[in-house]
Amino acid sequence: MACHRIVRAGAMALGGALGAWSGSARADFAVNMTPGVTAISREVYDLHMLIFWICVAIGAVVFGVMFWSIYHHRKSRGAVAAQFHESVLIEVLWTVVPMLILVAMAVPATQTLIRMADARDADVTIKVTGYQWRWHYQYLNEGIGFFSVLATPQDQIHNAAAKDATYLLEVDQRLVVPVGKKIRILTTAADVIHSWWVPALGWKRDAIPGFINESWTLIEKPGVYRGQCAELCGKDHGFMPIVVEAVPEAEFQQWVATMKARNPPTTQAASGGQPL
Amino acid sequence: MNIAAAPALNHEHDTHAGPPRGLGRWLLTTNHKDIGTLYLLFSLLMFFIGGSFALVIRAELFQPGLQIVNPYFFNQLTTLHALVMIFGAVMPAFVGLANWQIPLMIGAPDMALPRMNNWSFWILPFAFALLLSTLFLPGGGPAGGWTLYPPLALQTGQAFPFVILAIHMMGVSSIMGAINVIATILNLRAPGMTLMRMPLFVWTWLITAFLLIAVMPVLAGTVTMLLTDKFFGTSFFNAAGGGDPVMFQHIFWFFGHPEVYIMILPGFGIISTIIPTFARKPLFGYASMVYATASIAFLSFIVWGHHMFTVGMPLAGELFFMYTTMLIAVPTGVKVFNWISTMWRGSMTFETPMLFAIAFVVLFSIGGFSGLMLAIAPADFQYQDTYFVVAHFHYVLVPGAVFSIMAGVYYWLPKWTGHMINEKLGRLHFWLSVVGVNVLFFPQHFLGLAGMPRRIPDYALQFTEFNMISSIGAFLFGFSQLLFLYNVIQTIRGGEPATDQVWEGAQGLEWTLPSPVPYHTFATAPVVE
Repeated sequence: MACHRIVRAGAMALGGALGAWSGSARADFAVNMTPGVTAISREVYDLHMLIFWICVAIGAVVFGVMFWSIYHHRKSRGAVAAQFHESVLIEVLWTVVPMLILVAMAVPATQTLIRMADARDADVTIKVTGYQWRWHYQYLNEGIGFFSVLATPQDQIHNAAAKDATYLLEVDQRLVVPVGKKIRILTTAADVIHSWWVPALGWKRDAIPGFINESWTLIEKPGVYRGQCAELCGKDHGFMPIVVEAVPEAEFQQWVATMKARNPPTTQAASGGQPL
Repeated sequence: MNIAAAPALNHEHDTHAGPPRGLGRWLLTTNHKDIGTLYLLFSLLMFFIGGSFALVIRAELFQPGLQIVNPYFFNQLTTLHALVMIFGAVMPAFVGLANWQIPLMIGAPDMALPRMNNWSFWILPFAFALLLSTLFLPGGGPAGGWTLYPPLALQTGQAFPFVILAIHMMGVSSIMGAINVIATILNLRAPGMTLMRMPLFVWTWLITAFLLIAVMPVLAGTVTMLLTDKFFGTSFFNAAGGGDPVMFQHIFWFFGHPEVYIMILPGFGIISTIIPTFARKPLFGYASMVYATASIAFLSFIVWGHHMFTVGMPLAGELFFMYTTMLIAVPTGVKVFNWISTMWRGSMTFETPMLFAIAFVVLFSIGGFSGLMLAIAPADFQYQDTYFVVAHFHYVLVPGAVFSIMAGVYYWLPKWTGHMINEKLGRLHFWLSVVGVNVLFFPQHFLGLAGMPRRIPDYALQFTEFNMISSIGAFLFGFSQLLFLYNVIQTIRGGEPATDQVWEGAQGLEWTLPSPVPYHTFATAPVVE
């Protein structure tokens, strides 16, 4: 039928657009995942594209055969129905071949997963605690801790003021990290389950009360990377963004010194330790 | 496959045993056809209620900023939309089709346990009255998502015990329905209707019924644990009391993944019935279809962890769930290949049921592809809890499960009512639905990949365009369903008389009966040769 060709053509066109636009990360009409700014995030992106193109290829073949049949084997063209209904050979084939394709997908996926799980030898360790509805960051070795809260004014949310470019994606105090260093991120929560997600880093990890989850990242490029809570956590789930600012090592040390001066470590332990 | 010799047809002339009149007929009925009708009408009502929740959600998401509802009410809408659509629309629709069709397809006079059948239906209106009444309680309805994850779900106000009790009632209803299906299929088949001759719709329902009996008690158990955590001081899921919030997710998804297949396997059966009819060719690979369905059912019990890749399972656990989940692609692929091979060298026509069946094959496959992508654990760390997931499960549930139900209704309605459907209107409904559903859900893939989390009432500016497109699709799809309602009502009231055969290529016992099908059928079992 014409409809199915149109649907398929549409899907293919969108697929092509997805490939072509894969480079532009934050444009409007963005249709694809960002390759991100870490080695892991690029691996994840490559895996995503690999599986995507395998699916497109399978879809093209399967739907191609189907639409060819729909066009040629229709009663209005005088087609007479054959009566075959079994073929052991072809059924074995289309069980075995997909198995092989799956193995081909599983190998790189397993390798990436193993690399993502290895959080050893980190240079900086940050504990991230989810609250309804803000994040708390604590730098375990530097003795710095602070809350990070949505900075978008209520007027913008309630359409009483023009919306900024970073609408809903700005916080009062950013998570500052050094580039080129392995950063271990420990996620937990104080009330309900949250999920800490910055797409440019290539992963998200749930923040669960009573659990401490371990993840890591190594950001290669200085910049500001934005994300949001990804696990429904109540009324203001959509209003607890994450902003990571990756800076060169020297600038990071300077920032650490400033933060320490602003908040001497003695009071730090009390206010930033585990503010429950 | 099943050839009906029908010496029993004489017995269908006993018209004196018609239905009683008035409200009592529907309240007290033990007739599988009446109960099937009740289930289907109830499901249609819930489909429109759940759909109107979805339209409010899409209206709010039409542009950034808060316009129509506040965030807390938004969360109530997403929660109730899911509960109503899953337990109120999709599952009862399949039970309704099972009630109508299983006895007709296996040559049984009725369901095996007719009084329990009546009861399992009449629980449902009370369960949903209870669930929906929570919207009017102080503090409103449940807002923690249909997955009821603690500790968030435990913050629910007065609605909480109502919701838990409603879920218990839905579970009781489902389990009784499943027992009835199994008892009917195993005991009431006509002579000669061996298991491997049963129509695939009957096979898929048999397997679905076993899934239901296996997992509904698990859901009942875990929501009861939530209830005792909230009101009786237990700490099953409370970390501060030594409990484990993640354990809830494990138990919930042990129910939840088989539940996903409960909502699609009967649909597979319907599509496997419709495609051979309109291709005028026997189903390709009947036996492999049965084995594939059973394999999918088995795998559904060992893949639940893929809903939880981001909770921080050990590496070995993530690898296990990734591999088992990928395996599901094999039997699912077999099914799609079999459908296409059935069409191959057939003599196809494209009446409304066939159009929906073909759209099912294509669009369900797209949902399957995104499912395969989601199975890849490292990539899932990006996809999880984004609109990519929303697009995925709506592709398998709307142009998947819902299209299969509509295909089934269009296919069997002439047999039930004795009137052909309005084909023109059916095609119009099909085209508007298929365009609407794609405009609605395809852009959600892009939104998810670009970084939009799910279940948020407001979003960053870069997501504006695709949200607008998606909302336009939602209204197009939603209002198109009124055509379905109109067409069904018109077909019940009148229309071109249907022949007994109805569709030229239709095979099976139900087509040996007159149209409309008499109130009592197969009082004497037919013989299948």
